Amino acid sequence: MSKRIEVEDLTVYYGKFTAVEDVTLTIEPRTVTAFIGPSGCGKSTLLRTLNRMHEVIPGAYVEGSVRIDGDDLYAPGVDPVLVRRQVGMVFQRPNPFPTMSIRDNVLAGAKLNNTRMSKADADDLVERSLRSANLWNEVKDRLGRPGSGLSGGQQQRLCIARAIAVSPEVILMDEPCSALDPISTLAIEDLIEELKQQYTIVIVTHNIQQASRVSDRTAFFTIAGTGRPGTLIEYDDTVTMFSNPSVQATEDYVSGRFG
Amino acid sequence: MTDVTGPPNALTSGRLPRWATPVLLVVSWAVMLGVFVLMALAGGSDVAIAPALFLGTLLFVVTGFVLSLLVEGLRQAKDRLVTSLVVSAFLVALIPLISVLFTVVSNGRHRFDAAFFSNSMRNVVGEGGGALHAIMGTLEITGMAALISVPIGLLTAIYLVEYGRGPLARAITFFVDVMTGIPSIVAGLFAFAFFALVFADPGIRFGFGGSIALALLMIPVVVRSSEEMLKLVPNELREASYALGVPKWLTILKIVIPTSIAGITTGVTLAIARVIGETAPLLIIAGFTASMNYDLFQNRLMSLPVFVYTQYANPGADVAPYLERAWAAALTLILIVMLLNLIARLVARIFSPQLGR
Amino acid sequence: MRMTTAAASPKATLRPADRIFSGSTLLAGSLILVALAAVAIFLVAQSVPALTADPNELKGSPDSFWAYVGPLAFGSLWAAFLALVMALPLSYGIALFISHYAPRRLAQSLGYVVDLLAAVPSVVFGLWGIKVLAPAVTPLYGWLVENAGWFPLFSPPVSGTGRTILTVAIVLAVMIIPIITAVSREVFLQTPRLHEEAALALGATRWEMIRMAVIPFGRPGMISAAMLGLGRALGETMVVAMVLSPSPKLITIVLTGSQNPSTIAGNIALNFPEAHGIDVNGLIATGLILFAITLVINSVARVVINRRAAFSGAD
Repeated sequence: MSKRIEVEDLTVYYGKFTAVEDVTLTIEPRTVTAFIGPSGCGKSTLLRTLNRMHEVIPGAYVEGSVRIDGDDLYAPGVDPVLVRRQVGMVFQRPNPFPTMSIRDNVLAGAKLNNTRMSKADADDLVERSLRSANLWNEVKDRLGRPGSGLSGGQQQRLCIARAIAVSPEVILMDEPCSALDPISTLAIEDLIEELKQQYTIVIVTHNIQQASRVSDRTAFFTIAGTGRPGTLIEYDDTVTMFSNPSVQATEDYVSGRFG
Repeated sequence: MTDVTGPPNALTSGRLPRWATPVLLVVSWAVMLGVFVLMALAGGSDVAIAPALFLGTLLFVVTGFVLSLLVEGLRQAKDRLVTSLVVSAFLVALIPLISVLFTVVSNGRHRFDAAFFSNSMRNVVGEGGGALHAIMGTLEITGMAALISVPIGLLTAIYLVEYGRGPLARAITFFVDVMTGIPSIVAGLFAFAFFALVFADPGIRFGFGGSIALALLMIPVVVRSSEEMLKLVPNELREASYALGVPKWLTILKIVIPTSIAGITTGVTLAIARVIGETAPLLIIAGFTASMNYDLFQNRLMSLPVFVYTQYANPGADVAPYLERAWAAALTLILIVMLLNLIARLVARIFSPQLGR
Repeated sequence: MRMTTAAASPKATLRPADRIFSGSTLLAGSLILVALAAVAIFLVAQSVPALTADPNELKGSPDSFWAYVGPLAFGSLWAAFLALVMALPLSYGIALFISHYAPRRLAQSLGYVVDLLAAVPSVVFGLWGIKVLAPAVTPLYGWLVENAGWFPLFSPPVSGTGRTILTVAIVLAVMIIPIITAVSREVFLQTPRLHEEAALALGATRWEMIRMAVIPFGRPGMISAAMLGLGRALGETMVVAMVLSPSPKLITIVLTGSQNPSTIAGNIALNFPEAHGIDVNGLIATGLILFAITLVINSVARVVINRRAAFSGAD
């Protein structure tokens, strides 16, 4: 249930503005890859191209290809809806649907394709997803309550459960802990460690230490100056990136000399 | 890069080509028109174009759904269906709009001449005459209504935003809400009831009563929109003024109101545009007359909307000139309302300061 | 070191100008309360004679005042209901079109176009209704009564002029579409992007996203919009007065017939100019009933909105 991602010569445009230029990298299945870099370098933009969410902004388009186990996401005739079923996303601010209960939130994505799920199957899916997200014990008595009544960390885990419930191949996380307190952050980081046994995970993070804790490989992006496109500087095993990076800019960033 | 002859991509579902929608629409219309033409030929009657287009659109929606269901799947089919429904809704709404505007312009232009704007209907039976008395009446009644409602409405809004806390403010807010729901004819009935009692005249009709009725309708609009505009002024501005030692009333007069004046003007203009076309209350309390009357406080006063109505409802033996005048007056009325709307939007666009929204 | 003795309780000095100004705003606000009280009092005062008088004196010699106003109230509610049934799906569709389907750059202009409908005064809609719409739908009514006359809504005899309650309802629907659309559009546009993106990221199509994120968020606003439209349709006078051919005592649901129920507002407009004596009181009393009906509807709408606030999307 996880696939390899191959990005080749990807350039991302917002209208006339080039946001990210010429990115090539490969992400192996069942690994956690972190995108790091200073603000505005395009790491979130790049993340969103992996499930074609950048298209939600009018005028955004890409050149290049992104292949998931050989299937190009940007081939003509590809349905973005299908892409997003395979590549799930967790956002920076937890966003459970406020008018739905916890149970309905988890089932929200799954119900789109499987409207006739028996109650037993549905309950089963809810429990499995919430257990995988380490949230089951905390909410099992109040599945009927609204999703917005939980704490920030719990809400984020609910969103993760919701993403898992549709059985994606890849999970993208856009700074998932930046709106959370340190305890919840730790809980999510532990969760990522467990999830990578089943899914390919790509996480964008501002927090260099988090990248070093959580990821197997790290990609460092930066921009040459304001208004210039973001580019990939270095992509290597996390251990190498943090102890012995090849590029000076990487060394400067991870040691906190800029950012 | 993508290779068209490469291995099949698991992410492509069946997709209808981009030209499918417009082609299907044209084909559906053609088919239906063909059917109706055949029916007309067989029955010897005219081709009913409107039903043909309507049924053709229906045919398009149904076949589009089925086609999409077969090629793309149920979810996409539903998505396309909703898209066509939503677009059709918009187009359907355009039909009456275009029809009304077209009708008013094409019928109203016959009497849209100098005589229309310089004569009243005094001693006019049949041809000729104009709506000068009605236009004057509308300007006077609405002007007076604005004169009453703008100060009251604006001051109330200031009270609610700057001063009011507690039960009185809550009561006022609640009742302003109630006021927005008053049907216009009820406002007219109230004005009549009030003045009939006060002047002990069961047949009372005069212009000022109409102004009172219109003011009753305008005040809640002015209060609501002014309230919104005043609330938009950031608190930091007020605090900066207080910190300079400026008293509260001066702060409001010199800082808060000027900052929001563009929005307030827009709101007032839109309120005027709303009531200037009201017929029912004026029919009740201002009555109708054929002559010029500049006095708001004496005797019946003609207004433009009531003129439209009476020309239609009480024609003479020869209906045509009356109808022509009615349409011309309708055209005048629409032009006035649209002009007011335009002014309101321009004021909002040009004069509102950037409040960092 | 000199200590200034403080006053017993320090108070801000209120200049006279402050008092005058705040006093005048308070006066204005209170004036509104007074005005509404006056409306209630004077309407009731002028209605009472009709309620207490011998019903035979009222126009048409009804058995009682309620027999007089009942069919009129039915007509108002029926016409408004028909108008709402036609206007709601169209308005919500248009609002969705402008907020989520139309190209961004066009969206505001399209909003203005729909708002143009609101700029047309009701008397002009009345003219259009009687001169354009009624003749246009007459053949349709003929076809309906001929082919579906067994259905209670279309039972014969058919109206030869098209001046039926259905025609009136169509015009009313056109008139209330801009209000419902404007309010719904605002609400749809305010759907938090976060929830829209959550739905899309789960692989939802555009319609599914709207169903999951936009509509649940906008439901209270949609209801309030519908109530606003309903209120407007109930109070609409001139269209009814000009388009409808009324039979005031009638209660019927036939849409295409030559005999149609009248509405409270239309009835007042048609009869007030020539009325005198107790008839005037009677008409005012029906106006009071209309006011009461619209009050009830607005209050219900407010309760509905407040009750949903707990489960709303407001973060």
